[in-house]
Amino acid sequence: MKRKHKRLSFVLVALVLLGGAAALVLNAFEENIVFFQSPSDIAAGKIGDDRRFRLGGLVEDGSVDRTGGETVTFRVTDTANTVSVSYTGILPDLFREGQGVVAEGRIVNGVFVADEVLAKHDENYMPPEVADAIKKSGQWQGSGN
Amino acid sequence: MLHYFANPTRFQRLSRRVEPWLLTAMLVCFGAGLYFALFSSPVDYQQGHTVRIMYIHVPAAWMALFCYTAMAVAAAVAMIWKHALADVAAKATAPIGAAFTFLALVTGSLWGKPMWGTWWVWDARLTSVLVLFFLYLGYMALRDAFDEPGRGARASAILVLVGFVNVPIIKFSVDWWNTLHQPSSVLRMDGPTIHADMLTPLFLMAAAFQFYYFWLVLVRIRRELMVNRTRALRHRQASG
Repeated sequence: MKRKHKRLSFVLVALVLLGGAAALVLNAFEENIVFFQSPSDIAAGKIGDDRRFRLGGLVEDGSVDRTGGETVTFRVTDTANTVSVSYTGILPDLFREGQGVVAEGRIVNGVFVADEVLAKHDENYMPPEVADAIKKSGQWQGSGN
Repeated sequence: MLHYFANPTRFQRLSRRVEPWLLTAMLVCFGAGLYFALFSSPVDYQQGHTVRIMYIHVPAAWMALFCYTAMAVAAAVAMIWKHALADVAAKATAPIGAAFTFLALVTGSLWGKPMWGTWWVWDARLTSVLVLFFLYLGYMALRDAFDEPGRGARASAILVLVGFVNVPIIKFSVDWWNTLHQPSSVLRMDGPTIHADMLTPLFLMAAAFQFYYFWLVLVRIRRELMVNRTRALRHRQASG
C-alpha cells in the first residue's frame, strides 16, 4: 500500500469512528438536547414534580382567555393531549391561536404557570393573498388564523 | 485533472482570467437579488416585512455550511495527497466562512427578537451553528499558533476534519430534536414550503453569495501564493 493510500484510509476510518462516537453521545444526551416537552410527555409522566421545563405545542383554537387583566390563560395541545397554561406578561407578536408556542415555567396545581412565552414560527412562507385563497378553498393545513 | 490545475503558475493564470467574470456575475445577482428582496417580493402573511431578513439569513447560513465543507475537503486533500494548493485553499476559505456564519447568527438574532420574542435560545440549531463559528475561529487561531507553518497546517487540518461531524448535526438538528428554530423550508423531501415569489430573491441572493465566495477565495489564494513566492525568493537571496 502506498503512503497516500494509507493516509486516505486512515482519514476515512477516523471520520467513521468519530461520526459513530458523536452519534452515541448525542443519543445519550437526547433528553437534554430537545428544546421543549410536549403535552403528551407530561401525560406520560416524563417530567418530575416541581421541575422547571419548557412546554411546546400549538395554542388550541378558542382557548385564549384575556379576561384576567394582565394574566392570559390558554391551552397548549399536540392534538393528542392538552395542558392549561397561565402567563402574566407581554406575548410575542406571532402568538395566536393555532400557532406554535414554547412556554417556560412549572406546573402548579395542574396548571402550567409560565414566566416566558416564545412564539414558534413554522416553515411555511407565503403572501397574505395566497394564505387567504387557500383558507377560502378549505385546503388550509398550516397553522395560524 | 487535479494535478493539472494544482500547478500554482497555471492556477494563477487561470484564476486571473476567471475572476472578472465571477465578480460580474456576483454584482448582477446581488443587484437583482436585493431589488427583488426589498421591493419586488410580497410580504409574508404572518411575518409581514420581517420576512425580508430571510433573504440574507438563509443564504448566509447555507454558505456557512458550504465553506466549512469546502474547507474540510481541501484540508483532506492537502493531508492525503499533499497538494500545497489545497492547503492554501483551506486557509483562504476560513475567514470567509467565519464571516458568513457570523452574518447568519446576527441576522437570525435580529429576526428572532420580533418573531420569537427573544434574541437567542440554546436550542440544538442555534447552539450547533455557534459551535461552527467557534470551529472557524479555532482553525484560524491554531494555524497561526506554530512557528513552523507546516505543523500549523497539519494540526489545523485535523481540527477541521474532526469538526466536520458538526455539519450534518447542524443540517438535521431541526429534524432530530424539537427546536425553536423552524425546520427546513427549501432543502426538504416534499419540495419547498416557500411561495415561488419569495424563492426568486432567495435563490438570487444565494447565487450572489456563492459567486462572491468563489471570487474572493480565488483572490485570496492568488495573494497567498504570491506571499509564499516572495518569501521563498527572499529566503534564497539571503542564503544565496
